Amino acid sequence: MMRLSGLLLPLVLGALVLGAWEWIVALRHIPPYVLPAPSAIARALTENFSSLMLSLLSTLAVTLEGFVVAWIAGVGLAIAFSQSRTVERTLYPYAVLLQVTPVVAIAPLILIWVGFDHINAALTLIAALVAFFPILSNTTQGLKSADFNLVDLMRLYGASRWQILWRLRLPTALPHLLGAMKIAGGLSLIGAVVAEFVAGSGTATGLAWRIVEAGNRLEIATMFAALLLLGLLGVAIFAAFSLAEWALLRRWHESALQQQL
Amino acid sequence: MTLLALNNVGKRFDNGTEALAGLSFRVSEGEFLSLLGPSGCGKSTALRLIAGLIAPDSGEIAWTGPRPEISFVFQEPTLMPWADALTNARLPLDLKKLSRTEADARAEAALARMGLKDFSRAYPRELSGGMKMRVSIARALAAAPGLLLMDEPFAALDEPTREALNDDLKRLAREDRITVIFVTHSVMEASYLSDRVLAMSPRPGRIKAEIALPPGPRDRLSIGFSDGLRRVTGALLETA
Repeated sequence: MMRLSGLLLPLVLGALVLGAWEWIVALRHIPPYVLPAPSAIARALTENFSSLMLSLLSTLAVTLEGFVVAWIAGVGLAIAFSQSRTVERTLYPYAVLLQVTPVVAIAPLILIWVGFDHINAALTLIAALVAFFPILSNTTQGLKSADFNLVDLMRLYGASRWQILWRLRLPTALPHLLGAMKIAGGLSLIGAVVAEFVAGSGTATGLAWRIVEAGNRLEIATMFAALLLLGLLGVAIFAAFSLAEWALLRRWHESALQQQL
Repeated sequence: MTLLALNNVGKRFDNGTEALAGLSFRVSEGEFLSLLGPSGCGKSTALRLIAGLIAPDSGEIAWTGPRPEISFVFQEPTLMPWADALTNARLPLDLKKLSRTEADARAEAALARMGLKDFSRAYPRELSGGMKMRVSIARALAAAPGLLLMDEPFAALDEPTREALNDDLKRLAREDRITVIFVTHSVMEASYLSDRVLAMSPRPGRIKAEIALPPGPRDRLSIGFSDGLRRVTGALLETA
């Protein structure tokens, strides 16, 4: 019953909003370059389907590549932090500086330095910069929250730093890391979109670029279609990471257990 | 034979608290020794010093022979929540890089001895507080320790569970001839388990009284036991 209404209620609301939208556009003769009706958006979507799909793949590729780069850098640096307080004290302020500087402001610089020859590398780098910090900060936090007594016990049994890291710190950090990955996946997509916006026409071919281009041509229905696909992509990324989180934690972690009760 | 001796051991924490001052006692091989005292008398600190997890500021901890394998049981079960009972019990053996077959066999045996034969695949969250503590003790036993350090392991358990665990612990320690140093604030527990009870004074902790208890099996309802109980209580009251 709960599950059914959980699915049904948002669907009903969505249908109502779309119906009202269609009706108002028809009733008030709103021109399509101001607000296209849902049916017009659907038409734009089907007419441009293959090219929009190519754009979607392009944005998805940048998002995933950026995410992977952010993951490797974030987890790697967090492990370095957990092994050495000196490394952490030295580098953490710069990581924070990187985080608080709006990436939109750095993007043009990256595009000039990297983007002239390797536009995709520049886009990936921008997406990675946006996604990097939550992974670093959550993983650092997670690696530190290992049970002190278990650390002592492992030392008592002669464990090496590596064994403590692998057998205790990393599993302890896993729920933190998975939570960060859900956030970072979305952020990486935002980074990819920002990068495409800044890169402008002629180079990038992703969904964000399609939005800008369709806007320039006043093809608002296509713009909405691209926007819809971006939203769906974000949802898909979030759902994939949520599923991975559930699969990895369901046996033991409180966050996954409560859903079973 | 003396296993180890603490000679005038002192420990002060970074925040200035003097946890121990002039703590001296001997531990004989194979004995069950309880450290009894109020909270904050430095009992846990003494255990951590013996385990070598922290170093004393003054005095020394002298081992008669080579330091034996040491196992530690904390007040909390301190299990890895992502691992089942078997993997938890196997931890010391995994860290020593034993082969999986041998490690599994020894961990299974330790679990069986703690009455958890059918629970080796259970995760900590699926076990009761008492069972989790049993896994924790099985882990300690799997390491085949010569010295077992226990820091108020049963303080958080209900009375019947605690008594059952006391019985099992006493039996297993005797069977394996393990030396046990057992920290508790329960007079009952100390009197029931120990060959010898050391009553400690509040901070900074030092030994105020030593009570040797008669050897042999104990019955919680016997006259002999209540006599021991009275002596331990008396010693503890004098230190307060």
